[in-house]
Amino acid sequence: MPINYYIFLSVALFCIGVTGVLTRRNAIIIFMCVELMLNSVNLLLVAFSKMHHLALIGKHADAGTNAQIFVFFIMVVAAAEVSVGLAIIVMMYRNTHSVDVNFLNRLKH
Amino acid sequence: MNNIINLIWLVPVLPLAGFLINGLFRKRLSKSLTGIIGSGVILISFIISFLIFLQVKQPGFEPVVVALFDFINVGKLNISFAFQVDQLSALFLLIITGVGFLIHVYSTSYMHEEESQHFARYFAYLNLFVFSMLLLVLGANFIIMFIGWEGVGLCSYLLIGFWFKNLNYGDAAKKAFIMNRFGDVGFLIATFWMINQFGSVTFSEVFSKAHDTSTFVLTGITLLLFLGATGKSAQIPLYTWLPDAMAGPTPVSALIHAATMVTAGIYMIARSNIMFTLSPITQTVVAVIGLATAILAATIALKQNDIKKVLAYSTVSQLGYMFLGLGVGAYTGAVFHVMTHAFFKALLFLGAGSVIHAMGGEQDIRKMGGLKKYLPITQITFLLACFAIAGIPPFSGFFSKDEILANAFAKNPVYYIIGVFGALLTAFYMFRLYATTFLGKFRGTHEQEHHLHESPAAITFPLIVLAILSVIGGFVGIPEAFAKNAHVLEHYLEPIFAESNKIHEAQPSNQSTELLLMAVSVVVASIGVIYGWTRFSKNPDLEDATGFGKVLANKWYVDEFYNAIVVKPLNALATFFNNIFEKSIIDGIVNGVGKGVKYGSRQIRLIQSGQVGGYVLLMVIGMVILFLVEIFIKK
Amino acid sequence: MGMTQILFWFLSVLALFSAIMVVVSKNPVHSVLWLIAVFFAISGHYILLNAQFLAIVNLIVYAGAIMVLFLFVIMLMNLNSDTEPQKNKWLKIAGVIAGGALLLVFVAALKNADLKNQMAEVTNGDIGLIHNLGIALFKDYVVPFEISSVLFLSAMVGAVVIGKKE
Repeated sequence: MPINYYIFLSVALFCIGVTGVLTRRNAIIIFMCVELMLNSVNLLLVAFSKMHHLALIGKHADAGTNAQIFVFFIMVVAAAEVSVGLAIIVMMYRNTHSVDVNFLNRLKH
Repeated sequence: MNNIINLIWLVPVLPLAGFLINGLFRKRLSKSLTGIIGSGVILISFIISFLIFLQVKQPGFEPVVVALFDFINVGKLNISFAFQVDQLSALFLLIITGVGFLIHVYSTSYMHEEESQHFARYFAYLNLFVFSMLLLVLGANFIIMFIGWEGVGLCSYLLIGFWFKNLNYGDAAKKAFIMNRFGDVGFLIATFWMINQFGSVTFSEVFSKAHDTSTFVLTGITLLLFLGATGKSAQIPLYTWLPDAMAGPTPVSALIHAATMVTAGIYMIARSNIMFTLSPITQTVVAVIGLATAILAATIALKQNDIKKVLAYSTVSQLGYMFLGLGVGAYTGAVFHVMTHAFFKALLFLGAGSVIHAMGGEQDIRKMGGLKKYLPITQITFLLACFAIAGIPPFSGFFSKDEILANAFAKNPVYYIIGVFGALLTAFYMFRLYATTFLGKFRGTHEQEHHLHESPAAITFPLIVLAILSVIGGFVGIPEAFAKNAHVLEHYLEPIFAESNKIHEAQPSNQSTELLLMAVSVVVASIGVIYGWTRFSKNPDLEDATGFGKVLANKWYVDEFYNAIVVKPLNALATFFNNIFEKSIIDGIVNGVGKGVKYGSRQIRLIQSGQVGGYVLLMVIGMVILFLVEIFIKK
Repeated sequence: MGMTQILFWFLSVLALFSAIMVVVSKNPVHSVLWLIAVFFAISGHYILLNAQFLAIVNLIVYAGAIMVLFLFVIMLMNLNSDTEPQKNKWLKIAGVIAGGALLLVFVAALKNADLKNQMAEVTNGDIGLIHNLGIALFKDYVVPFEISSVLFLSAMVGAVVIGKKE
């Protein structure tokens, strides 16, 4: 498939994620949108990993492996991030009885 | 003997040292010490000047330029701090230090009633003035001259406003300073123009290049220089400061506003005579302005009742004669008149000072009269000076004034006729002054009469010396008509004006005409003397003037005229700016900026909501803008 | 249009539609479910690109573990569409416009990128197999791999500390 298709798909997913972050007030939904953005980037990385594969076959058998390892590490970090992030949301809910991010306006002061 | 010229730097440095000592230690020095220092430095300067003069007056002396150090060195322009010693500057050195010394001696007595601190301040200013004046005449280029030019202006300001606690005196000082500024601008622009045109301001270079310069440029430069001269030398239209400058102490009037500073303009034009000779238009302007000033000031002097004001207008008038001389190409005559005028006008002022001293500060001649028997020395010296200024032979003023008038006749007989009319007025008002002051009955109070006394020796000594000089000073310039080659001054100054004399037509060689002219002016002057004497010795005009006399007494309303056309519109403009422009526009801008920032920050503050969503939105907008910049603008 | 292309378009449309539904759903539980659909679609893309290992990991880690975690949290808080906080209408519009503008700018920026003839190899190429990635992971990237385990440990400790009742 032309690489352009993957690029535009990823960009579209990414922007949907951004729009979600901007329009929703529910902390969990915002968090999910962040995950969506992460995944769109993952998809792009995998697509790029396969871009030059044919030209380099024979010379570098493992060309493109790095990108996929990268995606793997992103997933690792995302998993760790989600566990901490959800813990924070739980604590916030416990304090405010709401998941509305607009209650978190301490930055004003 | 040649090395005496290398000591030229001592001449100005000594008064500077005197200024520093008197100025810095004015609270510690006693009055007598201050006087000795102040007068002593001038005396030493005079002695050195005299030695230099002896050197310079030898025939065939070539001008010497003593370069002290580089003053301004920018690109191609190199202005060194250099002194030029030649016939003209040596002569002026003698006048300045000589008359200056006498006036310093006079001042030790005249100013004795001042507190010692102010006494020292006075001498410091006076020494600074002499320093600046020496710088002015010694400078070998227009920049050094300009430094001196500004220096004397400053000292004039300081000394006019010496009694600064009197508000009117302070105003007079400001008036003098501001009037001088107008002229200085002209001088300064002329200097810039010269730098642009000739790439140099050194006299020798500028004058040698002047021959190859277009008349237009020379006319422009010389007119600007002349504007400077009108300010400093009190000519129309900038003369009105000089009568007001009489607010200063009388010796100051004698030194600065009669003998030396006001002749700076004449010196400057005489110095750059070649440039003026090469631009006939400027010469005509100079002559006409000089003549007009001479007549105008003389008419005003007819009706003044303040002894110093009469002398001030007479000074303006005599300066007008000098400019007439410069304008008709009689440079020697003008310088000659500077010299004789320095003697007799200083004498007149010092005599007036002596009278004022005796009268306890009274300056109104209507309250004087009959002072002859109380102040014999003052009276006789004053009379001699009056004869000198009136142009009665063989007093000095006769020779110098007649040289100017003879040259004026050669140029244009109309100049001569008007000039002689001015001489008539001069003789008349001087003897009106003399007669009202010294003859008749005393008209002051009893107390004043009781205190009348001849002044001490420190005052009479300068009077006597100056009286002698006023009488014999003219013999250095005996005209050709009386004796062949007797005009010592003309031969002495020949090298300075040689270039100009080549261009001017030959002098009128018709000696019978010259003698006739002299006879006419002597007769006219004598009429003025006799009429003035007889009219005012018995019945001085004590009433306030009426009719035309009132116009004269009010100085042709020139001050009022200037007030109306310059001061009032400026005030109105300033009021407009103050009330309208300042309040609405300047304040509006300043307050508007403040209000705008205040309002803007009150609005922008709302963005700082503390809510993450808002920040993210702004971040995204920022990203979009950055991308847009990257894509569309960078391309 | 071959099988791959049909699959590609189907998965793309599914991913985009599900992503939009994630954003617009009122009920958080629905959002989670739609997000799982997105992850499945992306995993499908991975398989299409012959990145089998990542496809499986994506399913297990994201769709399986992470999304279940989300579901747990949501259910724990008893969130539903009634408790959903509503944002200011204008702010929503502004957010949509900003997101759209970002999309436009991205497209404009990438439109002229010189990638017209570059192809992503689908179905062939075996770098995505577990065998190859495993070798790379345990030979070249063994240190980051071990460090990531430390990261997990610290994340776990952090989650426990934060979530603990005072």
